[in-house]
Amino acid sequence: MAKTLFEKIWDKHVVKQIDGGPSVLYIDKHFIHEVTSPQAFKGIEKRGLSVLRPNQVVATADHNVPTLNQHLPIKDELSRLQVQQLIENCKKHQIELYGLGHPFQGIVHVIGPELGITQPGMTIVCGDSHTSTHGAFGTIAFGIGTSEVEMVFASQCLMQTRPKLMRINIEGTLNKGVVSKDIILYIISKISASGATGFFVEYAGSAIRSLSMEARMTICNMSIEMGARGGMIAPDEITFSYLKGRQFAPSGEQWEKKIAEWKTLYSDENAVFDKEIHIDASLIEPMITYGTNPGLGIAINGTVPVVEGIPDEGERNNIMKALQYMGLESGKSLLGMPIQHVFIGSCTNSRIEDLRMVASLIKGRKKNEAVQVMIVPGSQQVSKQVQAEGLDKIFKEAGFEIRQAGCSACLGMNEDKIPAGEYCISTSNRNFEGRQGAGARTLLASPLTAAAAAITGVVTDVRELI
Amino acid sequence: MNKVTTIQSRFVPITMENIDTDQIIPARFLKATTRDGFGKNLFRDWRYANDDEQQPKTDFVLNQSIYTGEILVAGKNFGCGSSREHAAWAIKDYGFAAVVSSFFADIFKNNALNNGLLPVTVTDSFLQKIFAEPVTSSLTINLEEQSIKIDTTGEKESFEINSYKKTCLLNGYDDIDYLISMKQEIEIFEQTLV
Repeated sequence: MAKTLFEKIWDKHVVKQIDGGPSVLYIDKHFIHEVTSPQAFKGIEKRGLSVLRPNQVVATADHNVPTLNQHLPIKDELSRLQVQQLIENCKKHQIELYGLGHPFQGIVHVIGPELGITQPGMTIVCGDSHTSTHGAFGTIAFGIGTSEVEMVFASQCLMQTRPKLMRINIEGTLNKGVVSKDIILYIISKISASGATGFFVEYAGSAIRSLSMEARMTICNMSIEMGARGGMIAPDEITFSYLKGRQFAPSGEQWEKKIAEWKTLYSDENAVFDKEIHIDASLIEPMITYGTNPGLGIAINGTVPVVEGIPDEGERNNIMKALQYMGLESGKSLLGMPIQHVFIGSCTNSRIEDLRMVASLIKGRKKNEAVQVMIVPGSQQVSKQVQAEGLDKIFKEAGFEIRQAGCSACLGMNEDKIPAGEYCISTSNRNFEGRQGAGARTLLASPLTAAAAAITGVVTDVRELI
Repeated sequence: MNKVTTIQSRFVPITMENIDTDQIIPARFLKATTRDGFGKNLFRDWRYANDDEQQPKTDFVLNQSIYTGEILVAGKNFGCGSSREHAAWAIKDYGFAAVVSSFFADIFKNNALNNGLLPVTVTDSFLQKIFAEPVTSSLTINLEEQSIKIDTTGEKESFEINSYKKTCLLNGYDDIDYLISMKQEIEIFEQTLV
């Protein structure tokens, strides 16, 4: 029988199917970080258990870490205690920790792929909703809550009901200035912030196949922003050449064996999806959000919807409230609007290709004086690469501040916050009220669009600068 | 985990749609290493103008004493965004036993179920009827029957819940107890993976 990519991986990991209930699903890799793991460690300890398969767990400190002076003790007491707790828990349970000071430290969804830990065909979980990022390699990867982290510690399994399956086909060639972040912001703007709830999404089509692994990760990363349980892309030669030679990728004979296995991971021709969506890549323009959920996005040269014209009362009220929070006007264009901050980072867009993209646009230019620009690389490895390629010099000359790796201003758990009422063009994934700091106003966009605004000081169509 | 059977109570309505977990519990309050005490920061930035709690926002329902009860009723796509279980902990710690909406985000729903907080999915029209009720009105949620009733009018609707999860809630069972009991089967399964 024809199977989807999802079904091929899922079926292989079902330990037991409970009659009329969920499946007991085996988990290959479990990533953890300091914020959503402490209560899970406490939970298993209370039950007198230890972590069942510590060598399948990888830990890092990312959400809560400072991005300046990481060699010094963390100033915020609660943050320091949380990071310390992770160190102690990992030591006690013999879990590999890439903590502060370790050359592999970084945002959990950046380091998994770059170290070759994330491999096609795996089931991967983490107490973080952006775990969907790893789906770019043809994995079933999804975010879980802390009780589920505890379950995986205790049993290396989860009780899961199989989600419905959706395929989003994106065919055609991307326009100049349009990158993978624009593709995903476009999709979410079309199907809404809840349009894929209950589904696991496979992204397919010629536009997806043409993307690099890092670009694919950006797309899968934001699957959760339309409510999807996860997103995935079938592995191909681009996937294999990305993985080859990475720290924890298989090698030698094992590599050949794995490649043969990975080549079977695609949706069969007649495989059935519960829902299919078709998108013409040539219709996508550089995108920007104007509201307080990632589904409220428009083409950069478009206009904010006219509120009075929205038929559904709930949606109309939502958009009115969002525009009030954002200080924006219904029916207007955002182009030319002054912004105060640019944040380039997060598990969505902090990889080396993102930073190369930014550097290529700003080389020889200077940032606008009224704008503060912060670049936070996704990992220590990315930082090292930035220096090796001399991108740091380009950033410095432009007046961009480059920090150390972490989640940073994406969620404002550390000191990196946007002040109330100010605008930030951000390459992160969420524009929720207060996400980047109480009262902060976030406009989500691609690294190119963010960099363009850094140069001009206003919302800009990047195509005018390239 | 606590058992869930029948909840009869007044309710607190928040008509907003797409309430994300950053609103339910902002990230800066996720630094604790225990599950307790998150209730005081529930909807923190909608409740207070500043972090010092000196300026409660009087237009927010949790600051209006006329609204009370163990049932939170909210607009569709409740709990979207981050996977933080702290959102479910905060709602429960504040004193709610059930959340009613016309649509829940997946991870939030799982987190709620894993904490004995009952998510009840109703139709859009039933949700609007609840919102239209006077503040003194109460609801009865019967998990065994899978029904929710507006007590004043007697209007009733049935709701869906995974039968396995229903059994867990009625008996106070955790998934983890079951998974631990499967240890041997899991070890045998692992042999098939290599």
